[in-house]
Amino acid sequence: MDQAKIEKIKSLPEYQQLVKERTSLAWKLSLSILVVYYGYIMLLAFNSEFFTTIVSGEYVSIGFPIGVAIIIFSFLLTGYYVKKANDDFDVLTAKIKKEVE
Amino acid sequence: MNSLFKTLFSFMLLALLPMVAMAAGTIESDGTKVATNWPAISMFVAFVGLTVYITYWAAKRTKSAKDFYAAGGGITGLQNGLAIAGDYMSAASFLGITGMVYLKGYDGLIFAIGFLVGWPIILFLMSERLRNLGKYTFTDVAAYRFKQTPIRVLAAFGSIAVVILYLIAQMVGAGKLIELLFGLDFDYAVVMVGVLIIAYVSFGGMLATTWVQIIKAVLLLSGATFIAIAVMYQMDFSFDTLFKTAVEKRDGDMSILFSGGFVSDPINAISLGIALMFGTAGLPHILMRFFTVPDAKEARKSVFYAAGFIGFFYILAFIIGFGAVALIVGGEYFVDGKLIGGNNMAAIHLSSVIGGDYFLGFISAVAFATILAVVSGLTLAGASAISHDIYANVINTNATEEQETKVARYATIVIGALAIIFGIGFKDQNIAFVVALAFTIAASANFPVLIMSMYWKNMTTRGAVIGGWLGLSSAVIMVLLGPVVWTQILDMGAAIVPYKFPALFTVTIAFVGIWFFSMTDKSARAAKDKEGFEAQFIRSQTGIGAEGASEH
Repeated sequence: MDQAKIEKIKSLPEYQQLVKERTSLAWKLSLSILVVYYGYIMLLAFNSEFFTTIVSGEYVSIGFPIGVAIIIFSFLLTGYYVKKANDDFDVLTAKIKKEVE
Repeated sequence: MNSLFKTLFSFMLLALLPMVAMAAGTIESDGTKVATNWPAISMFVAFVGLTVYITYWAAKRTKSAKDFYAAGGGITGLQNGLAIAGDYMSAASFLGITGMVYLKGYDGLIFAIGFLVGWPIILFLMSERLRNLGKYTFTDVAAYRFKQTPIRVLAAFGSIAVVILYLIAQMVGAGKLIELLFGLDFDYAVVMVGVLIIAYVSFGGMLATTWVQIIKAVLLLSGATFIAIAVMYQMDFSFDTLFKTAVEKRDGDMSILFSGGFVSDPINAISLGIALMFGTAGLPHILMRFFTVPDAKEARKSVFYAAGFIGFFYILAFIIGFGAVALIVGGEYFVDGKLIGGNNMAAIHLSSVIGGDYFLGFISAVAFATILAVVSGLTLAGASAISHDIYANVINTNATEEQETKVARYATIVIGALAIIFGIGFKDQNIAFVVALAFTIAASANFPVLIMSMYWKNMTTRGAVIGGWLGLSSAVIMVLLGPVVWTQILDMGAAIVPYKFPALFTVTIAFVGIWFFSMTDKSARAAKDKEGFEAQFIRSQTGIGAEGASEH
């Protein structure tokens, strides 16, 4: 990639939009998974009493739905990112490629 | 091509023939070996036959270096997602996590969650950039704009260290498992695994490795789903009944329903979380899979599918573990308050209780297939570090594709042989530290250099090399001074570093090292390194100039 092409791509509004939106989305989602996971670990470490709460019947403690929810949450977040990328980012990328190639 | 098939076929015979002869001789049970399990052996032979056919099919399509390392770049997102999930669902994680849930209940779920949450991070921050920048190995990305030799050597060393450590764990596990499941001798089992994977990888390259992994992933997911549904059926599809039965089998001990001190020490817990999360993002055999898909779109789809399969699998593993407590304890596989063969056999015994000998045979064969598939992926990653990173980019930069592929095949044989030697050598050793060490090295050497190279424009060759080596050496030193090696193996008293996974510290050391030695780097090379960032960044974002899929 030569300098002229670099400057050309950098000046494209689609490119600026792509970088800005994708970067912001990626960090927001990463942060939310980190907060959820380390929040869970901290809760386990500092308030293990909380996990003895029974939420259904006589044996299902609150830890089970929380654990399964974290697994499902991780999966849904990846799904959300993939959808955003397929719908928005790929369109922008295609436009950029069309401009310079 | 007939000669190829003959060679492959003789490999298979070489591996399987003595099995029949030996099995006949070791039927007596001495506590560690079980009676020869014929349904399991016949299903296993069928699986091996199928994989040998796949290898033959793949070998005809594996001509160029791109075919060998990256399956020609023609794997779809769904296929790659299954293969990644397959790499992750090793025998250790199938039997280990169900065993941990069987033993400790809820704590097993905490561990499984730690293994899963790294995936979204890999998707958001790495998968597309990796695909856009890389060719065959993650080192291609890490070394992209830097001076090639020092970074290649560092990353190849990190890759090979992780691969060898992981292989030791897998091979020793394989030998013990096969001894238990099939009643075969340990050494013979290890040699058989070694010979088969050398055949898969050296003839069929990444294409065969991927398809073996996909088939195994489908078998494992179906088998685990069946067990979990059967467990829930017996419990009237009520978790309350499942947990109630399990608690009753443990003499009314409710503690398996709650967290049992697994994370009582927050620093230990966070350090473990970092090792699992960032270690996953630095495993060479997993990162390599991102180069088998045609573009960034398929790369991110593959992480989505992988996260789905892995999450589903861990939920199944959790049900299976509790099902084992509810249905095995007190039964025929439960002697003197213990499971025959140890806690890791929980899923295996449960399959027998649920589906009889043939289903037990099926699950045993799947467990063995899992080992073969995971070891193949590791071997390919190790061989690629030798042939692509060291040979073709450092030793002989003028190497033709043919020469490089040839070296890759030789390297496969060497790694396979090492796997056999280490597997037998570590047979009676305490190897609990090797997986901790592999994950810690991956998190503290491979991951920091890779992620910083993609995100931080001021990183320089010097910063990457010094920071990476600091991360690598601190990982090795702190694991050696930790509770497993220092206290349990060397018997030197209380551990100097009281953490089994010291990743919190070693990852920090690596990042600070990279930052400090980059910032203070005023060399001409440093200016060049920084200059290269813009072009790299644009390619990582847009995929312009990225490697495509091969034409055929």
